[in-house]
Amino acid sequence: MSYNMTNVLGILFANAHEDSVPELTAKRTMASIPFGGRFRMVDFLLSGMSNSGMSRVGIITRANYQSLLDHIGMARPWDLARNTGGLTLLAPFGRNIDTGLFRGKLEALYSCLSYIRHSECEYTVLSDCDLVINPNFHNLVESHIASGADITAVCHTDDYTEEATRESTCFKLDESGRVVEVSINRAVAGRRTMDLNIYVLKTSLLISLVDDLVSLGKFSLSRDVLQGRCADLNIRAYEFDGFCMRISGLESYYRANMALLSYDNLSKLVNSERPIYTKDRADAPAKYGFDSAVKNSLVADGCVIEGVVENSILFRGVKVGKGSVVKNAILMQDTVVGKNSTVSNIITDKNVKIKDGLTVSSSESCPLYIAKGREL
Amino acid sequence: MYNKKECVAMLLAGGQGSRLYALTKKVAKPAVPYGGKYRIIDFPLSNCVNSGIDTVGVLTQYQPLVLNDYIGNGQAWNLDRIHGGVHILPPYQTASGAQWYEGTANAIYQNLSFIERYDPEYVVILSGDHIYKMDYSKMLQFHKEKGAECTIAVIDVPIHEASRFGIMFAHEDGAVYDFVEKPKEPKSTLASMGIYIFSYKTLKKYLTENELDETATKDFGKNIIPALLQNGEKVFAYRFSGYWKDVGTIDSLWDANMELLAANVDLDLYDTSWRIYSNNDTAAPHIIGEKAKIQSSMVTNGCYINGKVESSVISGGVTIEEGALVQYSVLFPGAVVKKGAVVEYAIVGEDSVICENAHVGAAPETIENKDEWGIAVVGQDISVSEGASVAPKQIISESI
Repeated sequence: MSYNMTNVLGILFANAHEDSVPELTAKRTMASIPFGGRFRMVDFLLSGMSNSGMSRVGIITRANYQSLLDHIGMARPWDLARNTGGLTLLAPFGRNIDTGLFRGKLEALYSCLSYIRHSECEYTVLSDCDLVINPNFHNLVESHIASGADITAVCHTDDYTEEATRESTCFKLDESGRVVEVSINRAVAGRRTMDLNIYVLKTSLLISLVDDLVSLGKFSLSRDVLQGRCADLNIRAYEFDGFCMRISGLESYYRANMALLSYDNLSKLVNSERPIYTKDRADAPAKYGFDSAVKNSLVADGCVIEGVVENSILFRGVKVGKGSVVKNAILMQDTVVGKNSTVSNIITDKNVKIKDGLTVSSSESCPLYIAKGREL
Repeated sequence: MYNKKECVAMLLAGGQGSRLYALTKKVAKPAVPYGGKYRIIDFPLSNCVNSGIDTVGVLTQYQPLVLNDYIGNGQAWNLDRIHGGVHILPPYQTASGAQWYEGTANAIYQNLSFIERYDPEYVVILSGDHIYKMDYSKMLQFHKEKGAECTIAVIDVPIHEASRFGIMFAHEDGAVYDFVEKPKEPKSTLASMGIYIFSYKTLKKYLTENELDETATKDFGKNIIPALLQNGEKVFAYRFSGYWKDVGTIDSLWDANMELLAANVDLDLYDTSWRIYSNNDTAAPHIIGEKAKIQSSMVTNGCYINGKVESSVISGGVTIEEGALVQYSVLFPGAVVKKGAVVEYAIVGEDSVICENAHVGAAPETIENKDEWGIAVVGQDISVSEGASVAPKQIISESI
């Protein structure tokens, strides 16, 4: 069996969980957080959908979506600039919800029900943009169809810390893999089956659930559908066992970036079989100067490095001047470190300028964040 | 449909580049990689779009597959346009038969119908052989101011190199009064850059006449320019100063890459006011590993570097394993240098593999007889087996 994936609609929630990283989302959506040297978070899900043969994707946004608009453009890098379907940005809209701003995913979906109906797709895949993942939705949809489930939820089973479970949904499964109990935001360390917030279901079921529940004043997908209906709907878990990291705070953002310093991890996440697409900027290759010394780092095009760089992620166009030392740092696009400065355990947002002869550092467990465009 | 363009560009990209030997066995010269993430054709194409020329015909003939695929719909250069844009123009069959492009002038002649679709006043003729940044709109302005029928871009070259070029003789105001193709004893240092702007009516007239002359080689330098001068047409030389490099030989291609590594580069690829676009695969940023040592080099996306790299240009998707040494070399996309291998003063072709402990090239100071030294070349898609060596100046196009 090979299901025709053009009959599957993708819906991405651009803003979900962005309160967990307030620093990075002050002026952008979760979906447009820069990641891994040249990507933005939305690239992972969007590329996965495109690579899986899906041709219609709607991105639901709530606020702060200018950077996302700029990044997505005509959606050509993801091959989603199509005559029919393709990528649609679903900005806040809705006559029936007073403010136009939704309280939860059900209300968000309610405001774009006409888009969902018009897609005429048999299935819908819903996902957030807080995952660093290279998902295969084709396998997911086929497994969903084969299992006869009403809803299939992608999950990952692992030993989690208390912090990681704090803002999460976890499942208890029966022997057949059916979800029998759903716990939300219960901070307990241990082996848990965590919901990755990727779901597939029949579009007709999605529409009727949204219509019914919103008319009753309900708005939460996890509470009112997964938890509320897990007795009468056949909700099944789909274990994802590839490389996957979730951004649930500045610290996990830092760790997920650093995980890519392992070539093994990087090639699981980004490979030529299933590429991760992103907006291109026509940068020249990175240039290493006469006195540069670089180790264990991920370096994007357009960087010019004349100093020492270790255990760091350098986004496009970063400059590190002579005599400077950069360690355990994430330097976003066009960050400039002057001459003879020492920088460690920091995350600089885009266009940060660090002048000559400065020392900026923090501890490894708590990286210091420097906001976009700041000059030190 | 209203389709008129003031100026269209015709880019001659059918050349084999035979002096690049193994490097052009499978690709046309304009598709040869350069500077880590570019191919030679990126320069004229980017110059066109940056100069406001949005209609470009690319004439292909020799090994066009990579070139066609690379250019695609022109989107990478912002040349995917509703009116105009980039068009690949291979030789074609007509009611009277099929004909290969016989020379540069004949190639344009065979595509006059393409040019006429845009009803242009001017046509820019370009080649895909050089690395340079040039604003063709300024040259066009000059052409108009002079009321010229043909304007030829020229650059001052050292007198001892002048015999390699078409040499112009021009008055103070730029009016050309003589032209000699590759003179043995050059008396001027104004070399033609192979960039021409023609007023279209004149171009059409001379190309058509040239076709009727059965003895002609149907070449711009050999036939069209001399004919214009003979008939007293207004031909002007437009002086260009700036970086301009022919990359038609192994040595010049290697040189041009090495020049990018200098502290004060003459060709600034990081200048955002005149970007050079390229069409790249999507790849992650490159990883510099725990054991790597890298200096005075350029590295592109998708590489994994864990060896020692010095004074080299590394294209996309290259792997250099721990314990390998790469110096003063140019590695084309996808090349692999395995553990313990040494690559020095060499060019390694696309997707070729240098196996464990193999040795490619040598430093000039290690060779007594300087005539025996030169850049070593490993062609495309081949491998140098474990422990094997490629001598300096040697060019291999089959696996050893």
